[in-house]
Amino acid sequence: MSNPARQLAQQQSDSSTMTSAKIVVAGGFGAGKTTFVGSVSEIVPLTTEAMMTDASTGIDDLAATPDKQATTVAMDFGRVSLDEDLILYLFGTPGQQRFWFMWDDLVRGAIGAVVLADTRRLADSFAPVDFFEDRGLPYVVGLNAFDGVLRHEVDDVREALSVEPSVPIIRCDARDRESTKQSLITLVEYAMKQWVAMNESGHR
Amino acid sequence: MSAQSLSQRMPTQVIPALPERDSASADDAAMVRPYMLTGGRTRAKYPLELETMVSVKEGVPFDGTCDRIEHRAIVEACPAPRSVAEIAVKLGMPLGVARVLVSDAADAGHVTVHRTMSGTDGAEAHLLLMERVLSGLRRL
Repeated sequence: MSNPARQLAQQQSDSSTMTSAKIVVAGGFGAGKTTFVGSVSEIVPLTTEAMMTDASTGIDDLAATPDKQATTVAMDFGRVSLDEDLILYLFGTPGQQRFWFMWDDLVRGAIGAVVLADTRRLADSFAPVDFFEDRGLPYVVGLNAFDGVLRHEVDDVREALSVEPSVPIIRCDARDRESTKQSLITLVEYAMKQWVAMNESGHR
Repeated sequence: MSAQSLSQRMPTQVIPALPERDSASADDAAMVRPYMLTGGRTRAKYPLELETMVSVKEGVPFDGTCDRIEHRAIVEACPAPRSVAEIAVKLGMPLGVARVLVSDAADAGHVTVHRTMSGTDGAEAHLLLMERVLSGLRRL
């Protein structure tokens, strides 16, 4: 049979190449993920579903468990065209954080993540922060305020989340396009810095 | 025995009790298992990430000469290049199913699967992508 990789290479030559990038938006229920995505997306955020069974592809033979009830997990996402051939997708993590299986799909190849934190429910941010640190995915913390957060509160948040001093913690308003844009810029700048540092130390 | 092998297969999931249902109910006729369309296959041949772009190949008409209705649906879902996630939404199917169908449509020559920069590429490619995203965001 044909070699998919070679076929892919052939296919690419006959149409202009599109490039896509992905940023993950995490946070607890009600932290403003979908609002954040929607404030900058050129489409109304869409909801895609994955089934629990999707996570175990290749392991589970579906035919062997015909009565298995699939659990579906919903993720909201939006799209931002950055250039003629470059599209950025923003994916919100599933609301129920126990569905960790989707998170691997989400972070694979992602530039980084914005963890939206609600200062009244900081504990909701522990799980995403842990996950991104474990996977080595660069992340910034966005304090979705909800009216001016004072400087000392930012320090309090850093302490409460025990994130390193290098991790940017920024104030943002998820409803505001400029604010969301700025949060994304901060994340990408930080991710690039991390990437450069990691690759330099890795090569020497 | 069967109960045990079932639990080994799905160690993490608690299976809710199946609701009682009337086997003759009309709902049954409308229920098609999502992976029916893929013949039970759950794997795509191409590396299809959520954000992987798919476009209709040049010369493939949008009015549906594809012999399989799912392929036609994919072609119709891509008036412009679209991500796998968007196609799944358009088809109204779970991601896993959409992945297999997109893969099939690519094999059948209807669509092009664009390379996803993220992931397997080298450090320089990833950095370049981040640079482009950054300047794109600044222009926004």
